[in-house]
Amino acid sequence: MKAAIELKDVAFTWQGRTQFTLSVPNLDVVEGEKLFLLGQSGTGKSTLLSLICGITQPQRGTVVVDGVDLAALRPSARDRLRAERIGVIFQMFNLLPYASPLENILLQLSFAPERRKRLGNAQDEALRLTAALGLDDQLVLNAQTTELSIGQQQRVAAARALIGRPQLIIADEPTSALDANSQTAFLDLLMAQAEEAGATLVMVSHDARLANSFDRTLDLADIASTKRRAS
Amino acid sequence: MILLRLALKSLLSRTVTVSLTIFAIALSVALFLGVEKLRTGAKASFADTISGTDLIVGARSGGVQLLLYSVFRVGNATNNVTWQSYQDIANRPEVNWSVPLSLGDSHRGFRVLGTTPEFFERYKYRGGRSVDFTDGTAFSDLFDAVVGADVAAALGYQLGDQIVVSHGVASFTEHDDKPFQISGVLKKTGTPVDRTVFVSLEAIEAIHIDWQGGGRAQNTISADEVRQMQLTPKAVTAAMIGTNTRLQIFGLQRWINEYAQEPLLAILPGVALSELWSLIGVAESALVAVSVMVVITALLGMAAMIFSGLNERRREMALLRAIGARPWTVMLLLTTEAALMSLTAVALGMGLLYTGLWVARSRIDAAFGLYIEITPPSPREWLVLCGVILSGIIVSLLPAIRAYFLSLADGMQVKH
Repeated sequence: MKAAIELKDVAFTWQGRTQFTLSVPNLDVVEGEKLFLLGQSGTGKSTLLSLICGITQPQRGTVVVDGVDLAALRPSARDRLRAERIGVIFQMFNLLPYASPLENILLQLSFAPERRKRLGNAQDEALRLTAALGLDDQLVLNAQTTELSIGQQQRVAAARALIGRPQLIIADEPTSALDANSQTAFLDLLMAQAEEAGATLVMVSHDARLANSFDRTLDLADIASTKRRAS
Repeated sequence: MILLRLALKSLLSRTVTVSLTIFAIALSVALFLGVEKLRTGAKASFADTISGTDLIVGARSGGVQLLLYSVFRVGNATNNVTWQSYQDIANRPEVNWSVPLSLGDSHRGFRVLGTTPEFFERYKYRGGRSVDFTDGTAFSDLFDAVVGADVAAALGYQLGDQIVVSHGVASFTEHDDKPFQISGVLKKTGTPVDRTVFVSLEAIEAIHIDWQGGGRAQNTISADEVRQMQLTPKAVTAAMIGTNTRLQIFGLQRWINEYAQEPLLAILPGVALSELWSLIGVAESALVAVSVMVVITALLGMAAMIFSGLNERRREMALLRAIGARPWTVMLLLTTEAALMSLTAVALGMGLLYTGLWVARSRIDAAFGLYIEITPPSPREWLVLCGVILSGIIVSLLPAIRAYFLSLADGMQVKH
């Protein structure tokens, strides 16, 4: 089976007011896998995701995403790779407030021409996705982004992450801002769509209750170690 | 293209701050262009103070000085031109017409000019316009006077009013034994003519006939008696000369400047005018400098506005990065916003200026005699307008570069 993500001997040090080091000796995610990473805040989950997305570069080790060694790429090529092959969903503030929901979804494609090419009519595809995620067409087309509830915003963000069938979906606490009922509903929809798109899904959360429907669960504390030192 | 749409949407979502910023730049642009228009208008009006006169002749002094006292009625002549010399010049074959000017007296702060009625036909301004009468005509009687528009307005004079001329420019001795009657009021010209009281050359002679050495003589001569006397002047202050053809101007000028009987000076009014303008041109540079400062201030205001917005837009920039935008793209977005604002501001500023000009032009002309032509922006002004847009972009680079590094540091999520 092909690996979607491979991290080997990765060490990343962030030099701020305190020195923060994250080490990941080994992490393999198989293509099409749905991986749940359990991690409390401060365990370096955002840093890990930044490394996978190629936004930050480790000082040591290799990060391979979809068969591409990120260290071998120029920064602009890493940005392009992220645009083309990864869909990202955050806990909140996923959308540009001044653009409409539809524009927010299509914005992803303007950075990813190859994802765009895979689609016939991008708007139809966006509406298909939002409908599958339980959003009304009128809402996506005509509402102001700021009028949407958080749950609706997260669905729009999911549609943006999914559009154009990226190989990898990275979700960073995507349900934390939702109430308990909406959490499972959102997660079910997200997983169904990721499965349909054939995408690998990596989700980070502090909430172990959400892990049930995933193929595999890893505790971040087991795969990564962090060190903090006042500098 | 997507950047342009994003920039536009982002700007539209911040209507109040963005429109205030744009308005500030637009006002500064309008001010700058307005100063340019006023400046060129003032320069043109100034250069057009006197036209149609080929030479101005006076006693030998400096060209600017001669222009100042003969045309602008500022300062005094150092010396006069004798009537004999004036006659010699006036009778030259090259001379088509000549108008003598006799200065030295005043009326309540306004200069009195003794001349011939021909003055009103020969004096041209603003590219050949003649002096017109609002009321009445040029002087026909010995004690007739014609007043300029400012004189009439300031002192409330009407046709038929009696006025008394003072001796000298700032004296308390009045020629009250020989009062004048206003026979004509002139239209506003925007030239020194507006601030002048005109009487005949003979009248100047008449009011001084019983004066000796700056004081009134013992044996006074009444106004009625003086009418019977020979009133040929002994001297004039200056003269306006028109030649038959323009080719003769320089020959005549040389002849006058080399006139042996008396030291005389003949000047070309246009040359002396531009010499004088270069003296007072410092003020115009100051005006331009001030308006440039205002433009710079407005642009810095825009930079400050973008800067202050940066922090609350960090999430937005992190988001753009997360979905694949390069830091460079984030920077370009901010710069595009600045370019759009500057462009809108320049367009709005031009709109403000031309509307303002269109509304105020006739009023400015009436109040100040300053005629401003409504012309499309000159190449120089276009250059400045492009400069404003370019400066807007350059100024926005400061916050944009900051955004570049912020988005590099923040990565996908804003660190708190």
